[in-house]
Amino acid sequence: MITTTFLMAITAIRRNAMRSFLTTLGVIIGVASVIAMVTLGRGATASVTNDISSLGNNMLIIVPGADRRFGSSSSAQPFTQNDVRAIREEVPAVALVAPTSGGAARIVYGNQNWSTGVTGADNSYLRVRNWVVELGREFTDGELRTGEAVCILGETPRRELFGAGDPIGEQIRVGTVSCEVIGVLESKGTSTFGEDQDDFILMPLVTFQRRISGNDNIGAILVSATEGVPTRDAQLDLIALLRQRRRIHVGDEDDFVVRDMQEIGQVVSTVTGVLTTLLGAIAAVSLLVGGIGIMNIMLVAVTERTREIGIRMAIGARAGDVLLQFLVEAITLSVLGGVMGIALGLLGSYGAATAFDLPWVPGLDVIVGSFVFSAFVGVFFGYYPAHKAAQLNPIEALRYE
Amino acid sequence: MTTLVEIRDIRKVYGHGETEVRALDGVSLDIAEGDFVAVMGPSGSGKSTFMNILGCLDVPTAGSYRLRGIEIGKLDRDTLALLRRHQLGFVFQGFNLLARTSALENCELPLLYQGVPGAERRKRAMEALDRVGLANRAHHLPNELSGGQQQRVAIARALVSRPAVILADEPTGNLDSTRSEEIMKLLVELNDKQRITIAMVTHEPDMAAYARRVVIFKDGRVVSDERKSGVVHAPLPEQGGAA
Repeated sequence: MITTTFLMAITAIRRNAMRSFLTTLGVIIGVASVIAMVTLGRGATASVTNDISSLGNNMLIIVPGADRRFGSSSSAQPFTQNDVRAIREEVPAVALVAPTSGGAARIVYGNQNWSTGVTGADNSYLRVRNWVVELGREFTDGELRTGEAVCILGETPRRELFGAGDPIGEQIRVGTVSCEVIGVLESKGTSTFGEDQDDFILMPLVTFQRRISGNDNIGAILVSATEGVPTRDAQLDLIALLRQRRRIHVGDEDDFVVRDMQEIGQVVSTVTGVLTTLLGAIAAVSLLVGGIGIMNIMLVAVTERTREIGIRMAIGARAGDVLLQFLVEAITLSVLGGVMGIALGLLGSYGAATAFDLPWVPGLDVIVGSFVFSAFVGVFFGYYPAHKAAQLNPIEALRYE
Repeated sequence: MTTLVEIRDIRKVYGHGETEVRALDGVSLDIAEGDFVAVMGPSGSGKSTFMNILGCLDVPTAGSYRLRGIEIGKLDRDTLALLRRHQLGFVFQGFNLLARTSALENCELPLLYQGVPGAERRKRAMEALDRVGLANRAHHLPNELSGGQQQRVAIARALVSRPAVILADEPTGNLDSTRSEEIMKLLVELNDKQRITIAMVTHEPDMAAYARRVVIFKDGRVVSDERKSGVVHAPLPEQGGAA
């Protein structure tokens, strides 16, 4: 009986194909927007998480200056090589320490020139930040110690200066310094926030201090926490050590900041997660509105088909049979809408993800969830019209014009 | 001959107090298997109410109605529906076929509710259409058929469930005289050859003339019940030997 009822529902829907489509449009749009919103939201979360981990695993960044809401003040005293040594020796929670100093410079090769960031650092910087030298080599200990004029290019400056040519062994000018290219970094691409992560060059810290900045200052220290040690512990140890070394009295504010990138990543993921839920919920409301559309049309259909209901009852349909017929019709409509909405939502989110350069992460849970929800919408909003149809008096229904 | 319908002193009252209407005021009637009864009477005579009760679409306020020995008056809606499903076939004045549904599918409908499997359903529906001479129109939609053909499809639909009684409510009311005659001849043939019991409401004496028996209603009572000398009919089987 349920299969024949289902077939009757399909027949009724097909008899009125255009109106059925318009009826389900609400559900189609509702389901499609739930799926698109959640899929895109998750894509954004994945993208942010990916960005954070591309900064480096377990990474902490130590910069001078008090933690102000709008950036740190530059008046604070910079770090020295002694601070770096002390961290290496006295904080076992820290595995790698990478002192860096940075600035901006114009780099020139032949008639090509490009403005980019210049970072002075050693090889541990590559480890902490997960950079891979794709072409050429890393710095040698000798180059690092004596401050040789060598540099490793990010993908963007390489492309701007050399195009298709081989940069290894070529001399470029960095500001006023002539410098040999010894390597090229593997590209990390653009971050979610639209920043080109490949737009910088690396040179040994000593070279940078002597030839470009002209002082011994260390602008920032990047460290990675030892495997298995919570970054929070490493952070507390570092704060304690640096407060002592910088002679900050108890109760005074730190004049430096230890940022935990993982923590920032978690905060950002939480925020995008909340946004995703919110967008999904708003989209779910539109699905509910779609359900009301179905109820509306089913009520019209019951009135319009009063005579049909009378005929069916005269032939021997019980109230339950009529109820089931209209209920199955409503559920079929909303489930059809759900299926079309899933297809549309996946397609739409794929297009949008491609356009916004986000990863496309369709989740089975959203697909199944919105499908079940659309079926539920059919039951919920189809019941009242179906009940109304079932309660008709056959004599009056047959007389209905 | 077997008595199919036993009606004893049924009453149907609508409203109460000053607005009380006695649509049926003590009607008793038996219908034998294989009979063909024409029910006549002016409008308001109670014949429609009588047919509704006979068709198990309504129940009497008082009195007894037994269909094949089953007392109808005490049954609920769903049981009445099951009785209609298995014991009764309806033919209406306005044909009442499902729109945008082929003749064959219309005929299958009662079997669908009886839960007859698809292949047998199709076969029996085709047989019923064949019996009314419309096998070649099985896949036509009602709006592609003439009035007379639509009424034949409706008769086939009433036949298909092998009912105890076919109830026809002004079956020729929407047809011209030629088509009316065709329909009546079909009903007579079904009654004569297949021993199908028919109860028909009509207000046209010409149509009533095709029946074996004419019952006339007035003011909620039976005022006349005449068996006609069978001019067009084969004799009723007097002894209970089932055909």
